[in-house]
Amino acid sequence: MKEISLNILDIAQNSVKAGAETVRIELKETTETLFVSISDDGCGMKPDFLAAVTDPFTTTRTTRNVGLGIPLFKLACEQTGGEFSIVSRDSENFPTDHGTTTSALFYKTSIDYTPLGDVISTLTVLIQGAPEIRWVFTHTLPGGEVRLDTDELKEALGGVPLSHPEVVAWIADYLKEQYDGANGNPCPSI
Amino acid sequence: MKSLEELAAIRERMQNKVVLREGSGDIRVVVGMATCGIAAGARPVLNAFVEEVNREGLSDKVTVTQTGCIGICQFEPVVEVFEAGKEKVTYVKMTPEKAKEVVEKHLKGGKVITDYVIKDI
Ligand SMILES: Nc1ncnc2c1ncn2[C@@H]1O[C@H](COP(=O)(O)OP(=O)(O)OP(=O)(O)O)[C@@H](O)[C@H]1O
Ligand SMILES: [Mg+2]
Repeated sequence: MKEISLNILDIAQNSVKAGAETVRIELKETTETLFVSISDDGCGMKPDFLAAVTDPFTTTRTTRNVGLGIPLFKLACEQTGGEFSIVSRDSENFPTDHGTTTSALFYKTSIDYTPLGDVISTLTVLIQGAPEIRWVFTHTLPGGEVRLDTDELKEALGGVPLSHPEVVAWIADYLKEQYDGANGNPCPSI
Repeated sequence: MKSLEELAAIRERMQNKVVLREGSGDIRVVVGMATCGIAAGARPVLNAFVEEVNREGLSDKVTVTQTGCIGICQFEPVVEVFEAGKEKVTYVKMTPEKAKEVVEKHLKGGKVITDYVIKDI
């Protein structure tokens, strides 16, 4: 992936597929590090499946054809000298508090660090594709904070779907304005 | 400054329209948004479709949606166009520029851009 924000989009699509009601995307950035966490309340995974999904090349592939999304994200952060973690509780064993949290720490100073890129586009694609989900986004930067909670928008929108193109465009502008204020990373092509 | 009041204004404008026909468009545009699609550039393609459909005033007629892997990863970004009574059209190796052209010529003008289409899959 050319940008970490593309990995975030890909990992968050797993949360959508897992039937999550709420997905939280949290970014914490210092001048040297970027911490990314994607957390959902979806169906979760059982431990042996989780192991196979995380390391498809070292685990015997008995379960099924596993995907590439999680291994790619893991590789991207580990290449910078960072750390990856995925914690999951499956809905069978944890009927009331199931879900998955995928997180990664990146060292921005590493030559193998790919830029975060266009987070705003990632969020608009996610919201457009799954407007029924509550999306909570926070990005803490050295100069301030950017945040979005689609529940707050829904209230103002009444019955108008979050996926309406005019709403999607508004969300992009709303985030861009916050990034300008937080003096944040450049968000190209908006 | 952007404010939530602007959302209320969008809401009012929508309510003045006849009905909110969510997802009832006659044409459905489906963008493949799995790992393979995302890596190949599906994100700006999806955003281009959403923006252009809105700009051309086609929102009532055209619905833009996302799907997982369509199964032809080497041709990603892949976009399928479904229209009642017509055969499915599959556009491959899409870019935001091509997306703009598809909205203008195909979705608005009714003419399939055969150069971007893959046959027999
Ligand atoms: N947040 C999650 N909640 C529940 N299951 C998950 C989650 N994330 C990943 N999985 C499971 O792990 C599998 C592998 O995920 P990964 O992102 O690596 O591959 P993928 O490219 O998404 O493949 P697929 O298209 O089959 O989902 C998924 O198919 C899903 O079964
Ligand atoms: Mg995935």
